[in-house]
Amino acid sequence: MIYTYIICMCLTTYLIRMLPLVIFQKKIENRFLNSFLYYVPYACLSAMTLPSIFSSTSSVISAVAALAVAVILSWRQKSLFTVAASACITVFVVELVL
Amino acid sequence: MNLQEFKTGVRDSVPIAAGYVGVSFSFGIAAAKFGISPIDACIMSLTNMTSAGQFAAITLIYSGTTYLELILTQFIINLRYALMSLSLSQKLAPHTGTLTRLLIAYANTDEIFAVAVSRDRPVTGSYMAGLEIPPIIGWSVGALLGAIADSILPLSVRSALGISLYAMFVAIVLPPVKKHHAIGIVSLFAIALSCSIAYIPVFKGLSSGFSIIFCTIVGSAFGAIFFPIPDPNEEDSL
Repeated sequence: MIYTYIICMCLTTYLIRMLPLVIFQKKIENRFLNSFLYYVPYACLSAMTLPSIFSSTSSVISAVAALAVAVILSWRQKSLFTVAASACITVFVVELVL
Repeated sequence: MNLQEFKTGVRDSVPIAAGYVGVSFSFGIAAAKFGISPIDACIMSLTNMTSAGQFAAITLIYSGTTYLELILTQFIINLRYALMSLSLSQKLAPHTGTLTRLLIAYANTDEIFAVAVSRDRPVTGSYMAGLEIPPIIGWSVGALLGAIADSILPLSVRSALGISLYAMFVAIVLPPVKKHHAIGIVSLFAIALSCSIAYIPVFKGLSSGFSIIFCTIVGSAFGAIFFPIPDPNEEDSL
């Protein structure tokens, strides 16, 4: 049931944001915890992207080509939307040619 | 409610709101690809106000995840918001009440947090309201439009759009690597873990939700042990 999923998600996320703001008034001093939280988004997004990206399109070749385009544009600090749009166009063109 | 503070907040929020419409449009398309209706994609965006968390959720929901897995994944991915809320609490004006805190917590996103804490004076509830409302509208409406656009787009275009969410993940992870190489090492370590789980037959029984949690915890702990970040009192690079 989609709404049960959505309620689970939004309550979890809200509690994470709300509790520290309402309860704690001191900054975290623990260096390990700070470092751990710092790396969380990067470790998580990386693990979600690979290898799943290879099965996200009709062919592995178009996915690899789009990944290469996304890596190059990201490295050049292009915006989220530019990177996503370029990757989509790459998949479209490569699958058209194949 | 201080109208002047509210207006200042709205003015500061315009670039955030514009950016959110674009990213959220892509989220709507991705959500539709994973079988979520436009209204549900909009409700998910309106109630959650997270990018990575929502993108992870739609893949998990599509694969028929358990509620516990979904909650754990959201907890892990969004744990960074706890730090941001903690930091924001130091920045709030002295007389900010609990009710105000309860309200502004809901849309304390990466970008809104970044703008709020970089302000040169204490942040009031009115300012936060102005800063949060336009991005909330942009994030919700963008998802609705993206999901609607998906159903009227041809199949070849929808296939191409399947890559969009992963491309955005790349665009979030890679740029900071330039300034901090350890992020790249942690990222490669996490990828090695997730590929091992996906391709080594022994791990075949593990769900994708569990794999993400495992890779995130082990990858982040690896980073924290070998590349601890500088003391936050000396450098506020979060």
